[in-house]
Amino acid sequence: MALLQISEPGESAAPHQHKLAVGIDLGTTNSLVATVRSGLSVVISDELGRPLLPSVVRYHADGNADVGYEAQARQVLDPRNSIASVKRFMGRGLKDIAHRESMPYDFDDAPGMVRLRTVAGIKSPVEISADILRTLRLRAETALGGQLVGAVITVPAYFDDAQRQATKDAAKLAGLSVLRLLNEPTAAAIAYGLDNTAEGVYAVYDLGGGTFDISILKLSKGVFEVLSTGGDSALGGDDFDQRIFCWIIEAAKLKPLSIEDARLLLTCAREAKEYLTPHGVAPITARLNSGEVVDLKLTTEIFAEISQTLVAKTIQPVKKALRDAGLSVADVHGVVMVGGATRMPQIQHAVGEFFKQEPLNNLDPDKVVALGAATQANLLAGNRAVGDDWLLLDVIPLSLGLETMGGLVERIIPRNSTIPVARAQEFTTFRDGQTALAVHVVQGERELVSDCRSLARFELRGIPPMVAGAARIRVTFQVDADGLLAVAARELTSGAEANIVVKPSYGLSDDEIANMLKDSMTHTKDDALRRALKEAQVEAQRLIEAVQSAMKSDGDLLSHEQMTKLEDAIAKLQTTALGDNRRHITLAMDELEAETKDFAARRMDKSIRRAFAGKSIDELEKSTDSSKSLGEPA
Amino acid sequence: MTNTDFSADYFTLFNLSRAFRLETIALDKRYREIQTQVHPDRFVSASDAERRLSMQWATRVNEAYQTLKKPLSRAQYLLSLAGQDIGAEDNTAMPPEFLMEQMEWREAVAEARSGREQNELEQLHHRVKQRMNRRYDQLAELLDDQQNFTAGAELVRKLMFLEKLLFEIDEAMEALEY
Repeated sequence: MALLQISEPGESAAPHQHKLAVGIDLGTTNSLVATVRSGLSVVISDELGRPLLPSVVRYHADGNADVGYEAQARQVLDPRNSIASVKRFMGRGLKDIAHRESMPYDFDDAPGMVRLRTVAGIKSPVEISADILRTLRLRAETALGGQLVGAVITVPAYFDDAQRQATKDAAKLAGLSVLRLLNEPTAAAIAYGLDNTAEGVYAVYDLGGGTFDISILKLSKGVFEVLSTGGDSALGGDDFDQRIFCWIIEAAKLKPLSIEDARLLLTCAREAKEYLTPHGVAPITARLNSGEVVDLKLTTEIFAEISQTLVAKTIQPVKKALRDAGLSVADVHGVVMVGGATRMPQIQHAVGEFFKQEPLNNLDPDKVVALGAATQANLLAGNRAVGDDWLLLDVIPLSLGLETMGGLVERIIPRNSTIPVARAQEFTTFRDGQTALAVHVVQGERELVSDCRSLARFELRGIPPMVAGAARIRVTFQVDADGLLAVAARELTSGAEANIVVKPSYGLSDDEIANMLKDSMTHTKDDALRRALKEAQVEAQRLIEAVQSAMKSDGDLLSHEQMTKLEDAIAKLQTTALGDNRRHITLAMDELEAETKDFAARRMDKSIRRAFAGKSIDELEKSTDSSKSLGEPA
Repeated sequence: MTNTDFSADYFTLFNLSRAFRLETIALDKRYREIQTQVHPDRFVSASDAERRLSMQWATRVNEAYQTLKKPLSRAQYLLSLAGQDIGAEDNTAMPPEFLMEQMEWREAVAEARSGREQNELEQLHHRVKQRMNRRYDQLAELLDDQQNFTAGAELVRKLMFLEKLLFEIDEAMEALEY
């Protein structure tokens, strides 16, 4: 499509050099990896030509794991160690998980994110997801014949901060460099919009295996602007399986099930659901370990009836998203259907009826998210020509706030704010001589803290003792382009900056991640240490190229002395990167980064000036002083 | 001070004249042009310093755009630039007949809510919206033509009440859907 004319981009890729970048759809039921080849986005299949990777991981006693079809096939035989739909557990505590009583897993009831006890030890959802991502990374590297520069990983638009952070951690653990976390409906819109040169307002209805998203986007030349988003991060195709499962138990009058029988019937339920769409009636037959026999027929009518409330549950967020966008059904030019679960006829019917138009299905609903992610990865890696690119403006799905006295939520950033976004608010002490302040960060739309999701607890220490109400504590929320939140706090009257201790409620600490990385090294099939070194070398090369390209295009911004300093730092890094000491490479990178700080500010200044041809700028770094702490993660 | 200064006002940032009446098409266009230059997606493989600056700029441009796009926040911003205190916390400054009217509106909303009258709520939404639009026209005259910021601030206070009322009506409609 014809896109906005964009002058020289800020990134540094040399146009002739194609960087290996992929888009990954980390789905509840299936995952995919795609890339752009000769200008076309394509899904990378496994060695048997299968595009999907079932999101199932089976652990063995020796610590190894099978991922995909093999693990899926063993689910009934080894349900406890074969983890399916792990996406539902990401960034979640045990009590958040619906239907956990009918799940065959051995949950570990620890505080924070739920863990699963397997024969290979206790696994966090982050580690299990990392095993899926690692499999996809290896598939892509084999197919593309080289190490990846980075990946765009998709997440449901309605994922909260804890779920997003968990996804990013999983990617890190899998040895992937994350170019961006991209919302699934937005990824679909990219695949769709670029293919169809669509213009106007579009609704993307995305019903996946375990999550539901609705996004309202405005598509215009060169810009994808998300106006609003909504959804339910615990509603998807799995729930329809669950309804069939319950119906089987009731219709066949079964006794309480063993976990093997439960797994078997859940599989039957899923197969029946998939068979039903093209056939209109699905036979369900099974012989249970208990000796009971199931022999039933599921019809489209029965299925529509037992799933009626689930379908209705998806329409509420659609209405809300439209209202948030300030639009009505008549404003919507097209409705894009995404996710395997949208194949169900009752979904197609309900969506068509609500929007008063036939939904669009011309891209494979299973692949469209991965294809869009690959397209965006290709852009972010710098493989697109200048002037042939586009701008993506996305939003946060849920409001972010703080707990104030009385358990009430003070909203700081409202939902559907375009990211990146920052907001600051001042708070004060309520007791004389109070030197510390407990800050509780929450996400959600409700008034009471207890009804929102707890994201993190912070303690601001070192406030000088003052009378109650005299201290002025400025709390700043910064949401980055991945939709991830960083919080900073500062006491203003004393001028002293106080430190913050972060305790993520449902996340993993850096220590935990480090330990998992260490653990994974003992078990992964590829040589982890060599890989880590290679990664550092790739990173070093990336940085060198970025700086060299910046020097080439904006060398006039540097004095002779600065130029020499940068060249020295580059030479040093180049030499270090040839060696095999990963720590030294990292240190040399830090040195080069430090040298480029001032240069970066000048280049940014120049970029902005480009939008205002000919205007000058007063010292940028100086004028950004007040917001300096924003970018730093708390 | 110029529009590329990080601390420039939002109108300067978008190269627009400082006024309540605003060409939304020009605003949208400038917003996209600047965001195209500074957005973090353009700096994915740049150095840490450039990435940080990019995020700060993109954040600021988003903030500026949101402030100017909506008429109420635009008016509030204009008043703050003019050094005019809005005194939003002070209800007692409102004329009694305005407060009376507000109470009547609120009662109507509460009644429609408890009676589950979706149509009535939609009607109310429409009427409040119309009322606000008329007041925005008045506001443009006060702020742009007469530079009467004191009267402008009073009208903004009224509009803040109406905006809150609109929010409550929308919430009531939402509650009925569940």
